[in-house]
Amino acid sequence: MAKKILTEHINVPGIETFEVYRKQGGYTAVEKAIKTMTPEEVVEEAKKSGIRGRGGAGFPMGMKWGFLAKPEGVPRYLVCNADESEPGTFKDHHLMKCIPHLLIEGMIVSSFALGANKSFIYVRGELMYVIRILEKAIEEAKANGFLGKNILGSGYDLELVVQPGGGAYICGEETALLESLEGKRGNPRNKPPFPAVKGLYQSPTVVNNVESISNMPWVINNGGDAYAAIGIGRSTGTKLISASGHIQKPGVYEIELGVSVDEFLNSDEYCGGIRKGHHLKALVAGGSSVPILPAHLITKTAAGEDRLMSYESLSDGGFATGTMLGSGGFIVFDETACIVRNTWNFSRFYHHESCGQCSPCREGTGWMEKVLHRIEHGHGSMHDIDLLVDVAKKIEGNTICPLGDAAAWPVASAIRHFREEFEWHITNPHEATQPGAVFMGAVLA
Amino acid sequence: MEEIKPQLIKITFDGIEVEVEPGTTIMQAARKIAEADESQGHLVPPAMCYYKPLPTSGGKCRACLVRVAQGSAKDPRPMPKLVPSCITQVQEGMVVENTTNPAVLDTRKSIVEFLLINHPLDCPVCDQAGECHLQDFSFEHGSAKTRYEEERRTFEKIDIGPFVQLHMTRCILCYRCVYTADQITNNRVHGVMNRGDASEISTYIEKAIDNDFSGNVIDVCPVGALTDKTYRFKSRVWFSKPVDAHCDCEKCSGNVTLWYRGDEVIRVTARKNTWGEVNEFICNTCRFERKKTSDWTIEGPTKVKRSSVISANKYRADVIKKPDFALKLSATQFKPIDDTREYTTDIDTVRHQSIENNDKANHRSLLSRNN
Repeated sequence: MAKKILTEHINVPGIETFEVYRKQGGYTAVEKAIKTMTPEEVVEEAKKSGIRGRGGAGFPMGMKWGFLAKPEGVPRYLVCNADESEPGTFKDHHLMKCIPHLLIEGMIVSSFALGANKSFIYVRGELMYVIRILEKAIEEAKANGFLGKNILGSGYDLELVVQPGGGAYICGEETALLESLEGKRGNPRNKPPFPAVKGLYQSPTVVNNVESISNMPWVINNGGDAYAAIGIGRSTGTKLISASGHIQKPGVYEIELGVSVDEFLNSDEYCGGIRKGHHLKALVAGGSSVPILPAHLITKTAAGEDRLMSYESLSDGGFATGTMLGSGGFIVFDETACIVRNTWNFSRFYHHESCGQCSPCREGTGWMEKVLHRIEHGHGSMHDIDLLVDVAKKIEGNTICPLGDAAAWPVASAIRHFREEFEWHITNPHEATQPGAVFMGAVLA
Repeated sequence: MEEIKPQLIKITFDGIEVEVEPGTTIMQAARKIAEADESQGHLVPPAMCYYKPLPTSGGKCRACLVRVAQGSAKDPRPMPKLVPSCITQVQEGMVVENTTNPAVLDTRKSIVEFLLINHPLDCPVCDQAGECHLQDFSFEHGSAKTRYEEERRTFEKIDIGPFVQLHMTRCILCYRCVYTADQITNNRVHGVMNRGDASEISTYIEKAIDNDFSGNVIDVCPVGALTDKTYRFKSRVWFSKPVDAHCDCEKCSGNVTLWYRGDEVIRVTARKNTWGEVNEFICNTCRFERKKTSDWTIEGPTKVKRSSVISANKYRADVIKKPDFALKLSATQFKPIDDTREYTTDIDTVRHQSIENNDKANHRSLLSRNN
C-alpha cells in the first residue's frame, strides 16, 4: 500500500467529530507547534518539506510563506482557498466533507506559523452543507481550547471564519478571492503588488489550497524532511487525484507523487482501467484548464520514458507533448468521447466564468465558444481551426489572471493533438452532427 | 529647510533614454518623452482604460501592453510576459520595447480585434465619433476587416438620470465611469453587473444617477457608451468649434470647453489634456444648464488636441506617423498569418461567392432538417 497522509483515517467512523479525530492522533501537531516550536521553525519545516501548492500552480508553499511581508502593527492573514470549481476536480470537497478537523488543524498550525490571528476559509458557495460541517468542527475545536483566545495557554489567539463564496469560478483565483472576501465584485487584481505584500484589506496575506494546508499537521508531526522523502524529485509528498470519466473506479485517490500514469490508470488499487470493451483515447491530467493529451502521449513521454504522476514528468515536453499536474482533476476519455464536443463544453465553461474585466479573456472566450459551437454543429469551415489557434494564442499570457490561459490551453491543445477530428467535423457536417457520432480516426477516413 | 529631491530613475523606452521620478509608470515615462518632443507621440502606448486622474484605474484593456526587455539594472532578466505599461512602475535601468517589438504590435492588433468584436461599429450615428479613443485605437493599430462572423452582443439603451444615456452595446468595459462614480461623487451610484461578455455597466435596478458630478462619466467614457442627452444628435464633433471659457461656479472650478456651432453653444465639456484626460472635473450645472454665451467668460479658442479630428487631416494615411518597422510589418507579415480567405472588391465575384455560400448553407440546413 502506498503512503497515505491525508486519507489515512478518512474511513474511520465518526472521524468528522472532534473526539474520534483526537483519538486518531488529531491536534497533536497543534500541541507540538504551539508548545515546542517558534513560528519561524514551522515555516522552516514547510520549506524543508518541499510541498508545492496543490491548487494548480504548484508553487512551493514554504517559499510562498517566506515571501510574506511582516511590517510592524499590520495584521497578517491566512486565507484557505476552498473555492474548488475546476471541472474534473473534487478532492477538496471530499477532504472537507469527510475529515474537516484535518483542515482546521492545518489552519491553526499554518496561522501560527504566519502570525495570523484571524484566518479565513473561503468555501465555494454551492457547498453549503460542507460549510456547516466546517463550522461545527470549528465550534468543537473552540470548545476544546484549540481555537479562540489563548490557545493551549500559549497566549496565541486565533479566530477562524468560514466564508461562503458567491458561486463564481473566478473567485478561486487568489486575488479575486480576496476581493470577494472583502465584499467586492470578484475581479482579479493586477499584480504586483502580490497578496504577500498587499492582500486582504491591504494587509500581507497568504492564500493556500485546502489540500496544501491539510498536509501541514503531518509535516509538523513527522518533520519536513520525512515529507520530502516521499514522492519523487521536486514533487514531494502525496497528492489527491480526482479521477473521473470512462474508468472502472472513479473517485478521489491519494497517490504518492511519482506513481506511473500507467499504474494509476490501470491498477485495481486506483482507477482500475478503462471501462470494459473500450480503449483510451485522451486524458486531461490536471483539471479542465490543462492541455489534453492523446493516447500515445499518456503513459509514455515523447522521449519514450514512462510518464509519472508528478509535476515534472507530466509537464515533460512542454505544451507540445506534455501537460500539467494542475489541481489533479484526472479526466479520462475513451474512444466514444468526441473531442470537439468536449472542447466546446470546456470553452463554454470558461466563457461563462470569465469575469469580464480584461478584454482578451472577456471577448476571446466568447469568440472561441461560438466558433467551437459552430464546428460542433456542422457549420464550421477550415479557416475556423486556424482562427481558434490564433485567438487562443492571443489570449494566452495577455490577461490579468490565469483564467485566460486556462481558457486558451484546452482549445489550443485539442487542436494540436486532434486536428484531424476537427477537420472531420468540418468536412462531414452531416455525419458529425448525428447523435453520438464520433470520429473514429483513420479507420473510417 | 532644504527640499530633498528624489533620485531620478533612468529608463530606456524604445531606444530613447528618459529620466523620471521613482514610482512613475512606464506609460507616464513614455508620455514624458512625447511631451518633450512632439514628433515622438506615436511611441506612447494607447490607453483605453487607464485614466490618470482616476487612481487605481488601468490594467484592464491590455491595449498598452509592452515588453520589458530588461527588468532593471540590478536584475537584467526580461519580464516573462508582456506587461501593462499603465500600471507597471519603472525600475532603474529598465529597458522597454513598445513599437520596436513585433510581439507587442501583434498583440495590440489582437486587442483591437477583441474590443471590436462586440462593438456595434455604428460610428456614423455615434455622438462620440471623432473624439472616440476606440476609433483612434483601431485606426492606428487595427485591421480593416474582421474575422468575427457571429452575432454581436446587444443591450437596450438605458436612460440613467435626466442627462446621461447609457448605450451598453458600445461599451468596452474600461471601468472608468465606475471609478469616477466611486471617487468623485459621494455615493457609489453604479457598477458592473454580470460576468464575462455579458457584463454591463448598470445602476441598482435602473435607478437614476442623481448627483452634481454625474455628468463627468460622459467625459471619461472612451467610447460612445455614455452620452450627453442634451447634445444627442445635435452635431458632429468636427463641425463644432471648441472655445475655452470659465465662469464663477460655487460647485466646481468652472473651467470648461464650450463647443460652438455657429453662434450656439451646443455642448459643454471639461477641459482635456493632450491624452484625452480631464484636467478638472466639472459639475452638472456647468455642463448641462449653462448653454448661453452670456453665462461664460470666453478665454479664446482651445488648442486643438492630438486626439481630435478637428486637427486637419487627422485620418489621412500619409499623415499618420508610424515607425518604419510597423509599416513594413503590416505590409508583409500580417496578412498571411492566419487568414486564408481571399478578399476581393470585384462586385461580381463577391455576389457570386455570396450566392455560393448561401447555397451551401441551405444545403446544410436541408441536411439537418432531413435528419
